[in-house]
Amino acid sequence: MAAVAANEIRKQFGDVVAVDGISLAVRDGEFLVLLGPSGCGKTTFLRIIAGLERPTSGEILIGGEVVNDIPPRARGVAMVFQGYGLYPHLTVANNIAFPLRTQGTPRPEIKRKVAWAAALLGIDHLLHRRPRQLSGGERQRVALARAIVRDPTVFLLDEPLSNLDAKLRASARSELKRFQQTVRTSTIYVTHDQVEAMGMGDRIAVIDHGKLRQIGTPTEIYDDPADEFVASFLGTPPMNLIERDDGLLGFRPEHFLPREMLDGSELAELPFRIDRMEYLGSERILYGALDGIAAKREVTAKLPAHVPLAGIRAGEWHPFAVRKTELRFFDRNGRRTADRQGRDR
Amino acid sequence: MSAIAAAPRLTRRRLIWDRPEIVGPLLIAPAILYIVVLVGLPFLLALYYSVSAYNIFNPSYTFVGLRNFQDVLESEIFRRTLVNTLVFTIGAQVIGLLLGKIGAMLLMQEFPGRRIARALVVLPWAVPVSLATLAWLWMFDSLYSVINWTLAAAGLIDPANRPQWLGRQDLAMIAVTVVHAWRLFPFGVVIFLAGFTSVPKDVLDAATVDGAGFWRRNYQIILPMILPIVLIALIFGTVFTFTDLSVVYLLTKGGPINSTQVLGSLAFQVGILSGDVAHGAAICLFLFPFLLVAVIVLLRVLRRREN
Repeated sequence: MAAVAANEIRKQFGDVVAVDGISLAVRDGEFLVLLGPSGCGKTTFLRIIAGLERPTSGEILIGGEVVNDIPPRARGVAMVFQGYGLYPHLTVANNIAFPLRTQGTPRPEIKRKVAWAAALLGIDHLLHRRPRQLSGGERQRVALARAIVRDPTVFLLDEPLSNLDAKLRASARSELKRFQQTVRTSTIYVTHDQVEAMGMGDRIAVIDHGKLRQIGTPTEIYDDPADEFVASFLGTPPMNLIERDDGLLGFRPEHFLPREMLDGSELAELPFRIDRMEYLGSERILYGALDGIAAKREVTAKLPAHVPLAGIRAGEWHPFAVRKTELRFFDRNGRRTADRQGRDR
Repeated sequence: MSAIAAAPRLTRRRLIWDRPEIVGPLLIAPAILYIVVLVGLPFLLALYYSVSAYNIFNPSYTFVGLRNFQDVLESEIFRRTLVNTLVFTIGAQVIGLLLGKIGAMLLMQEFPGRRIARALVVLPWAVPVSLATLAWLWMFDSLYSVINWTLAAAGLIDPANRPQWLGRQDLAMIAVTVVHAWRLFPFGVVIFLAGFTSVPKDVLDAATVDGAGFWRRNYQIILPMILPIVLIALIFGTVFTFTDLSVVYLLTKGGPINSTQVLGSLAFQVGILSGDVAHGAAICLFLFPFLLVAVIVLLRVLRRREN
């Protein structure tokens, strides 16, 4: 049974369509990431699930029950906000206890659950502090503890890592993922950061302009993008897209390699003029153009930095190639079409 | 070098404005002057006269010690005035802040004409107190009272037996308190509006998802969060009300039978109108300990909340 299901959800603010007919289902215990650029409607969609916004049309089901007319408190959801939304005037212990108090949980039970959640997240020593006296990472854990004490059917997380600095974000990411695997609560996680999405999600739902573009495992999303948007949104740098008579041809920069590095016969050979190179420590990004072929944007190649650059110099042509199995085809509307090699979807 | 040469018109002399150690004191001097001349000197004068037998009929200085204070404390009128002042102050604060909170909550809602409504709310504050009180005087008038007419039309009172708002002792006290609360109301609205908008949306959303309903959200989350700012409003309101005499003086002149007399109006009546400056000064000085205690208590509460 799906923990959460959305059925043709639409949300309009005046003339602006924020969510444009999204349908999806979150499986029990799954970690689903909603990924998309800012303003794509992913946060609005999450708020609709939480009950903080009413959909213009469509149905939300939680645990198999339609919850459109059920207030947030009775939906069995817990939410962690971008700014955490901790209560500044309450101690950490009282912050965590708050959702239990609103439910009228008996005192000893509250005490037991607060202690349990604090131990789970390693914040037992902070229980008497106030949010203002905590670091960013500690606040995030308090917000998680407050979410877990209610035994929610589903966790809703709205960019919970965006207020942390880069170094802390990496460790918080794996901590959060481990936490979710421990409690096995279905989770919907909103982010615009593809690294977070790829690293944490069991599945990723890519959203753009209020529409669901593709839903699938990180591998599916990355290797077999359903359309031009998904292809160019994921990957740094994103997929190269070359114009053809009947649409677009795409390939990932890491598959676009000097001809001499590839063997076998199933190759598409493309002469590449390198304009400039970027050295990024573990890899090199080569920017340039293809001979006589129009591309949607600058063509890039990504080479491991330990590969010697024999004969490859900025301003010169070099034979490059892509394995034909790595080519992806899109029609004029940007929709994926059958690949020539038979890797149909 | 070229940067300096490129700006030949700018003077290179060090001006007075380049010296914060001079500009700072210069800018704060008017404020200090104001406090010394218009607050400090009158206070010292009041102390000086309160221990004298000075009045306008006998303007020679005779030291009488604390006798004036003793006279004042023994006076039935003064004790009544003291109680009145407390009732007036506390009543006006409670009503003003309560209405201010409700008004601010209404003005937080989206509705057509909200901007105009927000501007209009400030009116009781902006209108000169004399004009506003005159309008209230008519509303409370024994014959032409709009309030009585409305109540009678609504069938709430007997038209033949209309309440004499400014003529009965208890009703007069209610009248002056309500008018002063009406003056404080815009201040309350502004303070609560500022408080409400300072509460992060994330916190309110979190409370909603955590199961807090309207009352819990308001009294367990929002109110504790904006309490420091409300306390400041309370200090200001208390000080302004405790020392105010304009509403009482314009509406009832302290009557009937001193039932609405407050410290300010009594001191004015005794010290200025009757010319007994010494006793007037003594009455005035009774304001001081009350205000001092109120301000110290509230400032301490504020500081404790900050830590």
